[in-house]
Amino acid sequence: MNSSVIIFPGSNCDRDMDVALKKFGFKNKMVWHDDDKLPKSDLIVLPGGFSYGDYLRCGSIAGKSKIIQSVIDFANSGGLVLGICNGFQILTETGLLKGVLQQNKNIEFICKNIFVKVNNSENKFFENIDKDVLELHIAHNEGNYFCTEDELKSLEDNNQIAVYYCGSDGKVDDKSNPNGAIKNIAGIFNEKKNILGMMPHPERMIDQSLSGEDGSIFFENLLKNLK
Amino acid sequence: MKVKVIVTLKSGVLDPQGKAIQQTLNGMGFANVKDVRQGKYFDIDIDESDEQKAKLSAEEICKKLLANQVIEDFKII
Repeated sequence: MNSSVIIFPGSNCDRDMDVALKKFGFKNKMVWHDDDKLPKSDLIVLPGGFSYGDYLRCGSIAGKSKIIQSVIDFANSGGLVLGICNGFQILTETGLLKGVLQQNKNIEFICKNIFVKVNNSENKFFENIDKDVLELHIAHNEGNYFCTEDELKSLEDNNQIAVYYCGSDGKVDDKSNPNGAIKNIAGIFNEKKNILGMMPHPERMIDQSLSGEDGSIFFENLLKNLK
Repeated sequence: MKVKVIVTLKSGVLDPQGKAIQQTLNGMGFANVKDVRQGKYFDIDIDESDEQKAKLSAEEICKKLLANQVIEDFKII
């Protein structure tokens, strides 16, 4: 399976994602934001980081970069797109995903392990995943997901909420909400479920000696679903 | 001509920075400060002599880049 990771000025999880994708068998290519064509890919990843120094709004400048039109065309033709952290912010800024990531409610940069509950596994990203509660890592200042009431209703009606912040037992409550995100939302899909944006970083949880291995479950499963 | 744009959060959208500023002001003795909303201000120099045309450009600029209309309103002044 071929994947491509887009690098923007200020991306800083691009190489971690490259390592993770290759570890689980993807043939990955790095793509510069100023290119206008994507290599042949089964998966496009917008990585975490601080593209353009988070100027104006997180992800807003990257959302207008040269490569983005190709990413939008790829996504609209059904291609699989994954946006992690800043990548999620970029996806909302391009309009591929609904809503916006606002500043964390407590005005603090949050860097810690959290748990997410998989809400919808009828898609390439989570189908047949062994665990429905995953321990992942978050590191962000703007992860407080917000959308209008109408948008929230349509996300819920179309089963577009991918993952919720939860406790280690899978319970979704205020206590397990790290950043004030509406309804504990940690990640969402587009209507067709071929685009996933989420704040937690699975690529940081692929080695037991570093952190944990629930990210490995995510990548292994994703590759299996794509084959 | 120069166009000035103000981008503010829509009412009802949480503004944690504004809230922190308000609380700090209260702590500094400005007990009468009830609320603070933080926004952004842009000075844009548009190569256009017709005011109407410049403002139309500015409006498009705001909609396409400067403001995220899910949470923000803009004003051209």
